[in-house]
Formats: sequence, C-alpha cells, structure tokens
Amino acid sequence: MSLDRTDVEKIAHLARIAISEDEIPATTAKLSGILDLIDKMQAVDTSNVTPLAHPLETIQRLRADEVTESNQRDAYQAIAPATEEGLYLVPKVIE
Amino acid sequence: MHEKTLAELSQALQSKALSSVELTQHYLKRIEQLDGNLNSYITVTAESALEQAAAADARIAAGNATALTGIPLAHKDLFCTQGQRTSCGSKMLDNFISPYESTVTQRFLDAGAVSLGKTNLDEFAMGSSTESSFYGPTRNPWDTDRVPGGSSGGSAAAVAGRLCVAATGTDTGGSIRQPAGFTALTGLKPTYGRVSRWGMVAYASSLDQGGPMARTAEDCALMLQVMAGFDAKDSTSVDQPVPDYSAGLNDSLKGLRIGLPKEYFAAGLDAATSDAISAAVKQFQALGAEIKEISLPNAELAIPAYYVIAPAEASSNLSRFDGVRFGYRCDNPADLTDLYKRSRAEGFGAEVKRRIMVGTYALSAGYYDAYYLKAQKIRRLIKNDFMAAYEQVDVILCPTSPTPAFRIGEKIDDPVSLYLTDIYTITANLAGVPGVALPAGFANGLPLGMQLLGPYFSEARLLNIAHQYQQVTDWHQRAPAGY
Amino acid sequence: MQWEIVIGLEIHAQLTTASKIFSGSATTFGAEPNTQASLIDLGMPGTLPVLNAQAVRNAVKFGLAIDAEIGMTNVFARKNYFYPDLPKGYQTSQMDHPIVGKGHLDITLDDGTVKRVGVTRAHLEEDAGKSLHEDFHGMSGIDLNRAGTPLLEIVSEPDMRSAKEAVAYAKTIHSLVRYLGICDGNMAEGSLRCDCNVSIRPKGQAEFGTRCEIKNVNSFRFIEKAINTEVQRQIELIEDGGKVVQETRLYDPNKDETRSMRSKEEANDYRYFPCPDLLPVVLEPSFIEEVRGELPELPQQKRERFESQFGLSTYDASVLSASRELADYFEQVQQTCGDAKLAANWVMGELSSLLNKEGLDIEQSPVSATQLGGMILRIKDNTISGKIAKMVFEALAAGEGDSADAIIDAKGLKQVTDSGAIEAMLDEVLAANAAQVEQYRASDEAKRGKMFGFFVGQAMKASKGKANPQQVNELLRKKLEG
Repeated sequence: MSLDRTDVEKIAHLARIAISEDEIPATTAKLSGILDLIDKMQAVDTSNVTPLAHPLETIQRLRADEVTESNQRDAYQAIAPATEEGLYLVPKVIE
Repeated sequence: MHEKTLAELSQALQSKALSSVELTQHYLKRIEQLDGNLNSYITVTAESALEQAAAADARIAAGNATALTGIPLAHKDLFCTQGQRTSCGSKMLDNFISPYESTVTQRFLDAGAVSLGKTNLDEFAMGSSTESSFYGPTRNPWDTDRVPGGSSGGSAAAVAGRLCVAATGTDTGGSIRQPAGFTALTGLKPTYGRVSRWGMVAYASSLDQGGPMARTAEDCALMLQVMAGFDAKDSTSVDQPVPDYSAGLNDSLKGLRIGLPKEYFAAGLDAATSDAISAAVKQFQALGAEIKEISLPNAELAIPAYYVIAPAEASSNLSRFDGVRFGYRCDNPADLTDLYKRSRAEGFGAEVKRRIMVGTYALSAGYYDAYYLKAQKIRRLIKNDFMAAYEQVDVILCPTSPTPAFRIGEKIDDPVSLYLTDIYTITANLAGVPGVALPAGFANGLPLGMQLLGPYFSEARLLNIAHQYQQVTDWHQRAPAGY
Repeated sequence: MQWEIVIGLEIHAQLTTASKIFSGSATTFGAEPNTQASLIDLGMPGTLPVLNAQAVRNAVKFGLAIDAEIGMTNVFARKNYFYPDLPKGYQTSQMDHPIVGKGHLDITLDDGTVKRVGVTRAHLEEDAGKSLHEDFHGMSGIDLNRAGTPLLEIVSEPDMRSAKEAVAYAKTIHSLVRYLGICDGNMAEGSLRCDCNVSIRPKGQAEFGTRCEIKNVNSFRFIEKAINTEVQRQIELIEDGGKVVQETRLYDPNKDETRSMRSKEEANDYRYFPCPDLLPVVLEPSFIEEVRGELPELPQQKRERFESQFGLSTYDASVLSASRELADYFEQVQQTCGDAKLAANWVMGELSSLLNKEGLDIEQSPVSATQLGGMILRIKDNTISGKIAKMVFEALAAGEGDSADAIIDAKGLKQVTDSGAIEAMLDEVLAANAAQVEQYRASDEAKRGKMFGFFVGQAMKASKGKANPQQVNELLRKKLEG
C-alpha cells in the first residue's frame, strides 16, 4: 500500500503532529515501506478467526467504590507548563 | 567487586564481608569512569543511591534484609520514579519529574535495593538499537561501535559493562531478550500480567511487560522474585500466587521436551548463531532433554501483525503528550492546534512519530478492519500456534535475533530492516508467553543469544533450564574487555 | 408542505458514585479546580484505569429497569480525539459491546396517552473536564475535576415526533434514574445532560432527513425551545431551497437560536478500538439477579398500583408517581389518614401550590406527610371542616404548631357538632333576620334555594366557621320549614 502526500498530511493532522513541507517526501516513502511490510498480513485468510485483544483472555476486575485520593494539586501542577489559579492554561478554546 | 553476580554480592552483604555503601560507591565510580563512552545511563542518582545504601546497611545490621537489600541496580528510564526525571528517552519528557513511583521500582525500594539511576532506551521503548534516544545512542561494551540492542539497551550495556549489578527492562517486542542476546546477558520477559505495569510508561499496553536483566539465570530469579506479583492498580495484572523462583533452579532437566520451531531455523538466520544453538541443543541433550522439531506456522505473520497492533496502541497511548499538563510544550503556540502539533512534532523523535502515524492510519475510518482487526486475528493464530506447540513440548528454543549486534547507524535510516530484526522475539509478546534469553556463544568477539519460550507462568521452569545450562557453560561468565 | 419532526435524544447521566469510574478520586461537585484530579484523571504517563464496581451496578440497574438486554460481556473502547478537557487524548467509552442493549420506556403525554420509546443502547464512559473561557491573558483554563466522573450515555431511537414528546421522554428518564438512585438528576450541576438529534422530513416520507445534533441542552424548558428553534431553522432552510448539513450545533438560550460549533466542524475520525488497559467486563447471571432484587418499584409500576390499589385516576396516579419522593410523601399521607383520594387531593392541591409558590422540593416541604395525614384525619372525623382545614394547613406551613391537633386546640378551631348548641345559635341567627325568614317562607321553591344560602352564610359567620356545615344545613332547613 503506498501513501500519497494527502494521506500523510491527513494522518499527521489526525495525530496532531506538525509536518513540514520538506519532511513530507521522506515520511511518505518510509510510511509506505512500513505499510508494504504490514500488508503481508493480507495473504492469509482469517475470516473465521476471532480477534484477540489480550493474550490471557482474563476478565476485568472491579474496584470497590471508595475515595482513595486526596488533593495533590500543587505537586501535580509543579510539572505543568502553564497554570494559573489552579487551572491548566491553554490557548483559547473556541466552541 | 563488580566481577561478582547478584547472588554472590547478596551473600557478601549479608555476611557483612562488604557494605552496601562501599559497593555503591564502587559502582558510582565505575559509572563516572566508563559511562562517558557507553552512555548507558540517562540519569545517575548518586546522592539518593548512597542514602539507600546506608539505609540498606542498617537494615542488614538489624537482621531484616532481603536478598536484594543493598544491591545497586539500575532501572530503565520508562519506570516512573518519584521526584526523579523519568524521560522515556524523549525530549517530550526531558523535564518530567515523576510525581509518583511505579510498582516495580517501589517493590525494589521496599526490598531495600539501591538504585544507581535510570538507563537509556529507544525513545518510548520504540526501537531495537537504543539509537532513537533523545540522549544519544548507547554503545555495546563488547564493541563500542555497535549497538547494545534495544529498547532496553541502556540496561543491557550497564549490566554488561558492570556499571550495575542487574537492571530492570521492559519487553514489548523483544526489548529485554534481544539486547540480552547482544550483550551476553540473561534477560527474562515474564508472562503478560505477571509484573505490574503501573508506572511503567506505556508503549503498547497489551504487549508491554517488565522484567529483569542480569548476568545469570540465578540473578534473574532473585530479581523476578521482587518484581512479580499481583497489583490491584493494574487491571491486566494477574492475581496468581508467585512461586519461589530460586527453589527449582537445580531441578534436573531429565525428560524435558524442547521444541525447535523449523520456521525459525530457515533462511535469514546468521550461520554463527545457528551453530551456537546447535551446540546448545547438544548441551541440553547431555543434560537429559529431548529435542523435537515443531512448527509455528504463522510465525512469519508476526512482524506485520505486531507492527499494526503496537503502533495502534502507541498512537493512542501517546496522545496524552499534548503540552498541557506535563512534558514539552512548544514556544508561543498560536492556537490550540498549533500547541498540539508543534509540541508533538518538536517533542517526539522521528521513529516515535512514524509509529504514531502508522498506528493512527491503522485505526482510521476505512482501514480498521483491514489492519487492526486483521492483526488481532493473526494474533489469535499465533497464540494458537504456541498453545498447540506446548501440547508437544515443554519449552521452545530459538535464537533472539537473526544476527549479532549490528553497527551504530547501520539501520537507522531503514526502519523496515530494523523491524525485521525482531522476528524471533515478537511472537512471545503477541501470545503473552514468557521467555528467557541467555548467552549461547560468541562470534568474532560478539555475543550470540538464544531464548527459551514457555507456557504461561512457566518462569520458574525457564529459569531452571537456563540455570542448568549455565552450570555447564561459561558464556555468561565472560566480561567485555576493559569492563 | 407538511413536515414531520424526528427526534432522538442522547442523555448523559452522571452516575452517583463516591469515586470516579477509573480512579479513587472523589466526584463531589463544586470543589476547587483540579483538587479532585488524580494521577489517573490527569492522564499521567504510566497510570492505569481500574473499573468502579458501583458504576457497573448502576448501569445494570438502569438496563433492568428499561427491560433491556444486558451486555453480559461488555467491552471498553477508546474514542480518540484531542481536546484540552480530555487529558489522555481519548475518552474511555463503550462502542461495539455496551453494557445495556436494546430496551424501551413508556412515556405519558400531556393528553394522558402512553407512548413507547425505544432505547437503542446505554453505555458506560468517563466524563471530560471543563474548559473555562474567562480570560486568562487570552488563554483558557482547564479544570479536570470532572474528568473521569462515571457517565451512562442513554441513546434513544429516533422515536419522538415533537419537542413535547422529547421533553416527556427526558422527564421520564430523569424520573427513572432518580427512582433507581443511580443519578441525582441535578441538571443545573450538569448531572443530566441532553444532546438532541433533530431532523425533519415531508409527512409520509419513509427515509429520515439529515439531522443536526444540538449539544448539551441542560433543562427541560431549553430542550423544548432548542428543538422548536432548530426545527424552524431547518424548515426555513429547506423551504428556501437550502439543504441541512449534518453538524453539531449549540443552543443559545439568550438569543433563542442554535449555531454551528466551530470546533467540531471538521469530520471526526475517532479511531475507536478496544481499550488495551481494560479487560472485558463479564457479568454473572447471579449478579444480574442480585441487582434485579435491589430494584425499587418503578414509576410505571407505581402508577399502575396507585390506580388499582387506591382507585386514583391515571392523571393523578402519574402526577403522584413522577418522583419517588413525591410518591413516598403521598403514600405516607395515605397511610396516616387512610383515605387515598383526600390524600391525593391535598398533595396535588394545597401542598403543590404551596411548594410551587415557595420554590421548594417535596423533601423540603414545611408540612410533613404525617402532619398532613393527621390533619386529613380531623377532616374525616368531622373535627374540622374542609374550609377550616385550609387554615390549619397554612398554620402548619407557617410552623405555628407541631400537629393539626395542636393548632386546632390552640386556635379553638374544633368544629361544633353538638346539635343543641347549633340549634341555639341558629335560633339567634333567625331571630336577628326575622324579615328574611318571612320572605323565605313566602317564596316559592325556586327562590328559596338561593335564599337558603344566605342563612347558611349567616350561621357559619356566627359560628366563626366552626359549626358542622352538614348539621347546620339540616337543622336550618327544619327550622325554616317548620
């Protein structure tokens, strides 16, 4: 499967990764190469196979509904890029 | 001191022939002298290491030490350690001081072990050479022009270079076993769910598993004893009793059935590695094992399936790195989209971005069935292959990689050729089964690795087999020149 | 052109749990920003989710209450998109295998008819945080306290045909989740939020028109207004030769208009896939039965019982069963006084208008159910008349006494039933109005009726309302005839 520039731009946008004009050709080529490798899967018929999401196929354990956390805002926000009045700051959110 | 194994040092500490402070100082000095070249550590935590060592000495004196008390270790910089940088080898987390402790490192703290620091790795564990780290490549102590393997290459180089006694690693597609093979170490990837993933920064959640890297199987048993166990904080952690991994090390291999998957000894395998495994087969036979040829018919589908599943999970797992709550944030974002796009473009390296994009594509509308779902179906086939094989044999013996360590830079511009080096290791991650890698010989001064794969929760048996092999061979005792 | 309106609702109900769906943080409303955001809620690297048992139990309760298929194996999936109030870059939700499958709900319309609305599914998911748009030097502030609060997203079939039906459905869901005790239903605090999918089609056409989704409508009144406004917009658009574009819109109650949400404009590709950090949730049949055993009597069952057991009309029964608290109150009044009809009249009449006037919920009623029941007892045993009862009720509401009896005593409101005393009083009244008595006696039947009322009025006035009206009537008639 080979990708073109539009595919790569679309994927990069979905993944929110800026990609510059001069990166596009090499990225397109490398991603296409990886997809060629992946496409080897298509050779095998899996129509009657159930997908496997977790190797051990165990089931979800449930947690008792208890509050175990206390306020650690100062510690957690000490590593934040920008905060004010206890809020994380981001460029204006437009709805 | 650094010639000794963990088991030997543990005894020396318990008998007070040696203090942890002395031992720790010795390793810190070695790091200072030798790591400039190897670049196996990202962060050395000398101060806290010495404090831990002093506390360990007190604990030994008080008579309530464990086998790990006072032993200087290193942790792959993917395990969160509270109050210390946890970088994942990425510019994205270069400024990330973890506000909490991972379960694995906490267990070592509780056991009284000393942490010398955090080891280098491929960025976010995505790689097989430790070249994609933001902190530069790690060198292989056996030949410093070569890679130590990856992604746990920093831990491998640190243990092989005797810059720590043992180390933790993580294995998503072979990241413990392949570097162990490249550096003549013993490394174990446990059954998926045996070791808690809490605080181990996720690459591919359904494949990631932490495990020990050490010089011997005996040392790995001591390490795994600390790491393994149920953790209520990890939904995928398995609530099953932890056996005594050291208890059965000396069990006989009489009657052990070892399977050799014919698909793994076909074209593409380096001749020296193939010969080394043939020799190992003879050793195992001499130890009483029976050898059988088996088949893992879907083995060749493992690489394509893995390179869908792992990037797909990674693309989602790494979305949290958005420049808002922690980690790298670009300068002067024009708007929200700019904040995301530039923070991620500048914070992640090329290979991480590639895998995120591959995974994003594999999950996107119109491609999900053809890629992600297809890969999960193949995952089922691969698991079935293993389950069928374990009906016939107790363990599977195969190489850890097609060639010994390659040169730094050799494959860096060709991701596909790098991916192909994972051929022997990724099946175990897809199936979730445990595997132990151990040295099987040398060619032109470079270590050759092999691995034993077992059924779920067969870690004790795998370590027993590896240990028995190490009783009749000395590959694991060799040290790289100058270390 | 005659248009038919087609509406489906997606209702997000915050489940009442002490802690979040995947972490041990508190879910208390109104805490200081980010003080209830733990490592997991913040999406810190290396953190992992563990599912809250109570969230599962609450969802199953809802499923059983709407007679739905329960997803005995249900699976969490990740919905991937970037947004600052979504810390991990994905929302953990359910896609292919929700915990609640197809079910249904009966709603009572204003005219008393009952309509069945299909519920497509209901699934568990985590709530997002909040973006605060006050100006922080041109930036927005993010509060993640709400991130990870358990939600049950209830998706209806496009079965509703008017804004009023949509409101009736929303009210029924609101009442049901409160009955079940799985959601506090507080719409002002966002505990129950509604997305309305609205489309129109020419009457008689089988296929649906293009729909628009109006996001986050947070009151019943706004649901009705937003839908009507949107319907009007779509009709005008189509009639002017335009086309409805499938999009997400926001309702602005100040301007009474919906507008396109710019941030959601681009086509989303959520890349759903099973969450690898969570395993399939497998429910045991015994667990389902245990939860079934915990189900309270549901609104519909209660309504039917009120009709059959108490002989109430459908309308009264549905009003009284609309909320569990009101129903409980009514039943306690009924138990105290033993008269369901009087109890219903008083609860729906005097009590309701008092609560309305004061803006109080039934739980805050100044008159307790026992007090009201006690007062009705006194009406029944003729201690007071219905008219005096209103005074007693007002006094109870004003806190002038602990019980009707105490107020009746203190104010001397006890009804006079001693016929001797009443006769004496009547004699005085007749004597004082001798001229009218003459007139009455001289009049024909037709006129007498009206004049009789005059004497009753005078008599009640003389007794300060305390004379038993029935006795007054009887004795007065005898005396006038005599």
